Formats: sequence, structure tokens, C-alpha cells
Amino acid sequence: QAIVWDEYLTGPFGLIAQYSLLKEHEVEKMFTLKPGRLPQADVKNVIFFVRPRLELMDIITDNLLREDRGRSPQRDFHILFVPRRSLLCEQWLKEQGVLGSFIHREQYSLDLIPFDGDLLSMESESAFKECYLESDQTSLYHAAKGLMTLQALYGTIPQIFGKGECARHVANMMIRMKREFPGSQNSIFPVFDTLLLLDRNVDLLTPLATQLTYEGLIDEIYGIQNTYVKLPPEKFAPKKQGEGGKDLPTEPKKLQLNSAEELYAEIRDKNFNAVGSVLSKKAKIISAAFEERHHAKTVGEIKQFVSQLPHMQAARSSLANHTSIAELIKDITTSEDFFDNLTVEQEFMSGIDTDKVNNYIEDCIAQKHPLIKILRLVCLQSVCNSGLKQKVLDHYKREILQTYGYEHILTLNNLEKAGLLKPQTSGRNNYPTIRKTLRLWMDDVNEQNPNDISYVYSGYAPLSVRLAQLLARPGWRSIEEVLKMLPGPHFEERQQLPTGLQKKRQHGENRVTLVFFLGGVTYAEIAALRFLSQMEDGGTEYVIATTKLINGTSWIKSLMEKLEPAPF
Amino acid sequence: MSRARADEEEYWHSSKFRAFTFDDEDDELSQLKESKRAVNSLRDIVDDDDDDDLERVSWSGEPVGSISWSIKEAASSSTSSLDGQDSSIQKGSSSYAAFPKQVSSYSLSSLFKGKVPYFYMLCLSFSALSDTGVKNYAPELRRPKAEYKDYSSDWSPRDTVRRMQRGKVCSLERFRSLQDKLVLLDEAVVGHDGNVITAVLIFLKRTLRREILFRELEMRQVALSHLIHFLKETGEQKFLLDLLRRLCCFSLSLQLSQYREHLNIQDVEKRREFLKGCIGLPFSAEDTSHIQDHYTLLERQIIIEANDRHLESSGQSEIFRKYPRKASILNMPLVTTLFYSCFYHYTEAEGTFSSPSNLKKTFKIPDKQYVLTALAARAKLRAWDDVDALFTTKNWLGYTKKKAPIGFHRVVEILQRNSAPVQVLQEYVRLVEDVETRLNLATKYKCHDVVIETYRDLKDRIQLTAYKCKVERGSADEEKINSILNNMVTPTFS
Repeated sequence: QAIVWDEYLTGPFGLIAQYSLLKEHEVEKMFTLKPGRLPQADVKNVIFFVRPRLELMDIITDNLLREDRGRSPQRDFHILFVPRRSLLCEQWLKEQGVLGSFIHREQYSLDLIPFDGDLLSMESESAFKECYLESDQTSLYHAAKGLMTLQALYGTIPQIFGKGECARHVANMMIRMKREFPGSQNSIFPVFDTLLLLDRNVDLLTPLATQLTYEGLIDEIYGIQNTYVKLPPEKFAPKKQGEGGKDLPTEPKKLQLNSAEELYAEIRDKNFNAVGSVLSKKAKIISAAFEERHHAKTVGEIKQFVSQLPHMQAARSSLANHTSIAELIKDITTSEDFFDNLTVEQEFMSGIDTDKVNNYIEDCIAQKHPLIKILRLVCLQSVCNSGLKQKVLDHYKREILQTYGYEHILTLNNLEKAGLLKPQTSGRNNYPTIRKTLRLWMDDVNEQNPNDISYVYSGYAPLSVRLAQLLARPGWRSIEEVLKMLPGPHFEERQQLPTGLQKKRQHGENRVTLVFFLGGVTYAEIAALRFLSQMEDGGTEYVIATTKLINGTSWIKSLMEKLEPAPF
Repeated sequence: MSRARADEEEYWHSSKFRAFTFDDEDDELSQLKESKRAVNSLRDIVDDDDDDDLERVSWSGEPVGSISWSIKEAASSSTSSLDGQDSSIQKGSSSYAAFPKQVSSYSLSSLFKGKVPYFYMLCLSFSALSDTGVKNYAPELRRPKAEYKDYSSDWSPRDTVRRMQRGKVCSLERFRSLQDKLVLLDEAVVGHDGNVITAVLIFLKRTLRREILFRELEMRQVALSHLIHFLKETGEQKFLLDLLRRLCCFSLSLQLSQYREHLNIQDVEKRREFLKGCIGLPFSAEDTSHIQDHYTLLERQIIIEANDRHLESSGQSEIFRKYPRKASILNMPLVTTLFYSCFYHYTEAEGTFSSPSNLKKTFKIPDKQYVLTALAARAKLRAWDDVDALFTTKNWLGYTKKKAPIGFHRVVEILQRNSAPVQVLQEYVRLVEDVETRLNLATKYKCHDVVIETYRDLKDRIQLTAYKCKVERGSADEEKINSILNNMVTPTFS
């Protein structure tokens, strides 16, 4: 068998099935999907693993039409849609006259992919766009299905809370699915006490701000794809004596980032300003450990030292990697532009001068900074002002269109539709009330030894996580007024458990809440939730699920109109 | 290994012949294809007859998906044997039962220590490649018997939608009355599964008159946006435009979706024509003016491009010889066009289309933007006189004065980026009003004169003395510092 991969899928699949596993199942060749003739391979079956996208269908059509008909033995073709079969795509293939070439057309329901010990993602890139721009709630349907699966494995979740339109939909679908499969009542002791469904559009602000945790910054600057990050190679040149570092590697350095790496688990969620000291402390410990060898006298001591060596060496290379990454990031965070950008963001979030045209943004437009950066800032200002004054909005729009091209009117329109960029309609700015009630801005933030989640943005406490925190204690009833100001309904549902499965809580035992972010979550929000999990008197542990791991840039990008014509 | 192989076989081959018979019915060509496929399928059965998958063959032994099967399907009554199904249910449920046990052996504490194995169980369950019987597990939980009434013909709209959500084949042809069709559509919308909604819409689109379809969709916004998306994806522009026209007062974004179409037009002339057509669409006032500008700009670019290409190729114009154009100006943003015009056509009179002042006037470009762009263009050409003229204003008495709408610190930055010589640079550094900024810039760009003069004006001996080490030994600058220091009265600190 040979597998032809939609390149996008290789990332998520890499997390659950290594090549060796596939090989065991007699996958002999793997190709990436690209137009032209399929590579030669002596295999009977060719399987396409693709997302249901029309542009991909065109490539497949091209592949098939160029297939040598006279070749024997003929190859059999199969197609697997991930995560769903799509009638639209099949219709398309049919119109191209190749649908009949497939012996199987199947779907591979990959709903939630594990990313880490406490993190699941559907990796559905366009979920937010589909829900809010195209009124296409298919991704919500998948989310609900994923949650049903999760409940089948980890027990029915007795309490469901939610905020936002999409959250309401998902909860409704879950209840419906449960009703339609009466057999789904299972006898597993529930792992989760509470499910919290949060709509991204309840908190549009958080992803727009620059994340300031270590992991968040890596993502902002280099982009983490399916736990992997590609870094510029210069800093990772092997420093061996004698070689003098003449030939620098030119391939980007690819590193996997997850909590399996001890050091990374420790620093990933820290504010970047607190990472340096940890790294230098670690460096001291490791070099001290290596020094031990001089004190090892007896054979027994030497043996013990040697047995620790592999672990120490792993720790050392991990330390070297992260020191290099930290240096790379530091180069950027200490730059003037990063500082200016952050200053403006923080002004907006703390409510300063949100109602007039901002000089820095104007300057950035004049200097033709990347459009996404501009859009992030303008949207941030709009959200922090409950919409911009018409005059201000028009001014920004005109400047953007004149500088970056009129066709971006489509993107601006998308942002407006998503509520990210809008005129202030009611004439009232609710943000200050929300900010004060939910304590979204903390002036005295402690980055080194944080006592509040606001450390992840050096002052701003992510609204979404604040909602989760307040739900656990003292409950949402205390913030009823503010909840009404945020878009969409808030609700509570209970799923009845058989008496035998009802939990009798031990004293001091933590509750477990699954927080599902519909429309994406940032690394900084994850960090904030992990921080809450670790709080000594927190009483709640969090597991996080989402449709997609996002940052401001990838999020805005998903909302932008694709302006280049398709490759075909 | 052999077991693994068997698993694999089961995975790939299960439900092999569940053909997609959605709207093949009245289409001869597709029927041909269908039969061809059926023949292919038959061949396959012969190939691997050791495989006795339940779902593959229907009661009568016909391979599901062949034409004869479809006929039978249509003819079969609602009652059908469930015998074949029970074993499958058991087969299914036994494999489900295996999971919870494994999972529950993990204690809670081990689950949340952030260890990777925590969700490993979950991955296995998602990874159909690695286990038998899991294939159908994830979405469907447990199969109700009702699902096996595959061949009954009187499902309610609701059941139909539910079946389709599970990827089953359903014939929608039975829904004949408008009423039925609309109920079906509403059910699909309630289900939130875009795949199904689209399927129903394709059916409605084929079986309903346009006027009726549009009228009903107008009241069903969710379905409407699915249809629009579908039409966009499949490129049925005519149908889409028809839809847009009839619902013209419906929504702004629809007009924009037509405007978007211009991006797919490669030929500039056609693109221009298309944009011209867009101006008439009922946009908001603000958007109309942008689109009008877009049209005017492209029109202008076409003229400039034709003219300049001629000039460049004939080799008559010095500027084009000296700085050949890197790319065509077509489809560039306004500010880029302005830059281009400041670069190649700076001195032209306002009457010509390509002159900067004409662009400025036509598009009402704000002063700030104009000055910035002109400055960058002229600085790039090292035309310092033009730069000077840009900021010089004469008052009515004939005195000249320097003025910059963007602030001189910005001017300095732009000049510096275009590697202006220190003499030019310091002239503008001197004009920066804020003392601190001026000192910073002057120090940064080594405009010694300005630094020295500023400290002199501030009467800051200490800083001035300190600055001495920054200038070259024995240079005119050092002399200047010395002479100032000598002449300066020692300030008295209180």
C-alpha cells in the first residue's frame, strides 16, 4: 500500500501514528499530495488521506487523470476524508469524472487529537471563520461528537456550563445525541466533574494581544505547528572545538515541544521575563552535577555517576536548546518595535486612548508593516472600545486600503462580520465595566512569582480564563451583569448520573473541569489555566480542549480573504 | 503481522460497496459510471472472497451499490430482516466494552500529572489503524437497531437527516411536496452538519424552481449562507449572481462576494470592466467610494503602464534607463502607485494622469501620506533638492520656513534608511523640535555638529565634555567643542 498525504494532515497524524506503526501495517510508500503524475511505486493500493477541500480534489483529479491506464497491474485507489466525507467533494470528483476510480470512499473521524497531557485539539483551522462568517456550524457538530466520544471513554460529565451562541449549540447537540442514543449511558466513573463550553467570540480580545509566556512567544514569533517548531539554524550550530563552525546548517532546526521534556514543562508557561533565571539556575545545577565526577572516588560512586550520565546529557542538550531559543526570542523582545507595539497594546487593554486614531498604528501603516500586525492592533483597539467611532474606523479603513490595496475591503468586511472591527453602535463603551468587574487589568503584576493569571500577558488577565476561574469560585451568579454584556447566552445543564456513579468527594480532592474553547485557544490562556490548576488552594484542575490552537496572527489570517488565485 | 494485516483488511474493506447514489437518478452518464463501478466492485469480490464483511452484501446477496441493488432498494418494503444485524451489534459492543476497562485502571492522580500516557488511550481509540472494531466507534457510540432499517423507504425527514449525518446513503427523491422538502431542509439545519445541509440544498436546487427556492431561502438564513458558500466553491457564478440579484436588498456581504470575483480575472482590461460593473451594486456609501477608487486606480494604472512600457523600451527616457522598472505597476496599491509616480514622474504637470499631484488630488490623499511617500521616493533617488523643496514653505513676506506635517524625526528616519549623507541628515535633525529626541537622533547618526550645538544651547558642560571622546581626535569637531568649553561660563548650580 501507498499513502498519499494531504500535507496538512501529516502533522496531526504524526502525533498519533509514527511511520513505523504504519509500516507495520504494510504501508510501503508515503507521498505528499501534489499535482502531476503519481510517483511510481510497486503497490496495489493507493490511499489518499485528505481534508474535504475542493482545491485538494482538483489535485487528486489531476493525479488520477495522469495515471497510466495501460500499466499493469493496475493500481486501486481509495480515498479517506478526514475528518468527514463531504458530499460537495464527492460531487466535485464526480463532475471531473474520476469518482468512479475510487474503490473506497471513507471517512476517518479524527475528532480530538491529544497534544499534551492536558490538551486536546481538533486542529480544525477554519472553525471560527466557518461559524461566524459562513454560518456553517459543522465544526460544532464535530465538537459535540468529540465530546460524546470523550464521555464514552471518561464517563458522563454531570455538569455543563457554557457561554456564547456556539456553546449553546454544542450543548444542545450533546443533549440531543444523548437522547438519540439511549444506549450511550455508560457505567464509567466520571473523570470530569464539569464541562465549560466557551465561545471564542465571548472573548475576542485575548488572542489579539501578544502572548508573553515562553511558549506563547515561541508561537507568536515562529509558530508552533502540531507541537513542532522550526527555528532559524544559526544559533544551533554544533560548537565543536577544531571545526570552528565553518559550515552553518542551513535547514531550519525542528524541535518538538511538549511536557515530556522536563525543562520545557517547567518553563513553558512562565512569563518570558522569568525564564532567564530558571535557565541560569539549571545551568549551575547541571555543571555542578558534572563536576561531581571529580569527587567520585570509589568504584561504586563512579558507577553511580555513569548511570546518571544519559539523563544528565539529555538535560544538558535540552538546556542548550532552550537557551538558544530564549536568546532568539530575547533579540526580538528587546527590539524597539516590539516594545512600542506592546506599549500600545497595553494602553488599549488598560483603557487609555482607545477612542482616537493611534499614532503608532498610523506610523506602522505608513511604513508598510505587515498587514496582519496592523489588523491585530486596530481590532484590539476596537474590541477595547466596544467598537470604534465611525470617524476613527473610516480613517483606519481608508489608510489600510490605500496602502495595502483596495481588495482588502473583503478582509475588513470579514473582520467586521466577526465583530472584531466595528463601529460603536450603542454609543456606549462597555469595556471599562467589564474590565473592572472581571479585574482584567492588574497594575501590580508579578512576573517572577505570579499570584494571578494576569502574568501571562504582563498585566492583562485573559477574559476567558477569568470566566473559568470565577465559575469555580464563587460562581457565575456573582457576575450576572457582566455576563449579560458579553455576547451570547450563558447557561447550565445537568446530566443525570446513576446513583452508583455519583461522586462522593473526599476532603481536599480537586474537582476536574474540562474547558472547551470553541473557535480556538492561545498558549497563554492554556498557561493561565495550568497556573490555576497548580494553585494550592485552587480546588480545581483543568483539562483543555479546543477546535484549534491559535495566536493572533494565525487567527486573523484565517479570517482574511485569500487574495491569490488558486494554483489551478 | 498476519493479524495486523487482517485488521487492515477489515478497515479498508468494510462498507466497501456503500456507494454514493445521491443524485445519480436521472442522469444517463452517471448511470453508466455507476454500472461501471458496480462491475469493478464485482471483480473485487471475486478477488478477495475470504472477506465476509457484513455490511458489504445485502440480504439478497447483491453487492450493495450495483444498479440492481438500487432498484431493489427502491422497491423493497419497509420490513426487512434484522437477523444479519444482531451479530454485528454484538460484535460492535464487545469491542466498545474493552475500552472503559482499560481506562478505568488509570487512577485519577495519574491522569493529571501531565504525563503523556494520559491521552494515549484516547489516541489509540482514535487511531483506527491500530485496533479492530474501533472504526465505527468514535462518533457513533452504540448503534441503535433503527439504523439497520437501511432499506425501508419511509423515514421521516428527521430520520433521513440523522442517517445522512452518519454518512449513510439516502435517497431524497421521495420528498416530493414542497412542504416535505422544506421540513427536510429545516431538520438538516437544526442538525448543524454542513455536509448534510449542503446535500439537501443540492437536492432542492435541482428539484425546485429558482423563484421558489430563493423565496424559501430568504427566510432561512443559515441554509442560504450554505448555498452561497456552495456556489462560490463550485464556481457557479451565474446562479450565484442570479441569487444575489434577486435578494439584492439582503446583505452587504453578498455584494462584496461579487466584487471578490474580480480577483479571478487575470486580464486587466476585463478586470477593469468588471470593476466598473461593481460600482453600480448597492454597497454602503463608504464601500462604494472605495470601489469607485479601486476602479479609477486600475484605469489610471493601465494608462500609465502602457505609456511607461513604451518609454522604457524605446530607451528615450533617462530615468527608465538608469532605474529600470522591477515590475509592472498594474494592480498595485494606491500608495505604491504614488511612490512610483513620485519616482518616475515627479516633475510632470498636474494635468497628466501620471503626475503625483494629479494622483493626490484624484484620490484625496492626505498631506501626511503624500509627503511620506514623496520623501521616500525622492530620497531613494538621492534628489536632496526635491527633499528640501518638499518641506520649504514661503510665507507672504517671502521668508522661507521649514515645515513637515509628519514631524522631522520621521523625516530623519526615512532619509537615514536611504543612506543620506550626514550633511543632509543633520540639516533635518536640527529641525527636530523636542530636544531629547534631537539629541538621541543626532548621537545615533553621528551628527556631531547638532549634538555639540544642542549641548551648547543647553549650557551643559558635563555632557559636552563627555561627548569629546565620541568625536575623532584632532578633528574640527573636537576643536569646536574645545572652543565652546573655553568660552562657556561655568554654570552655577544652586
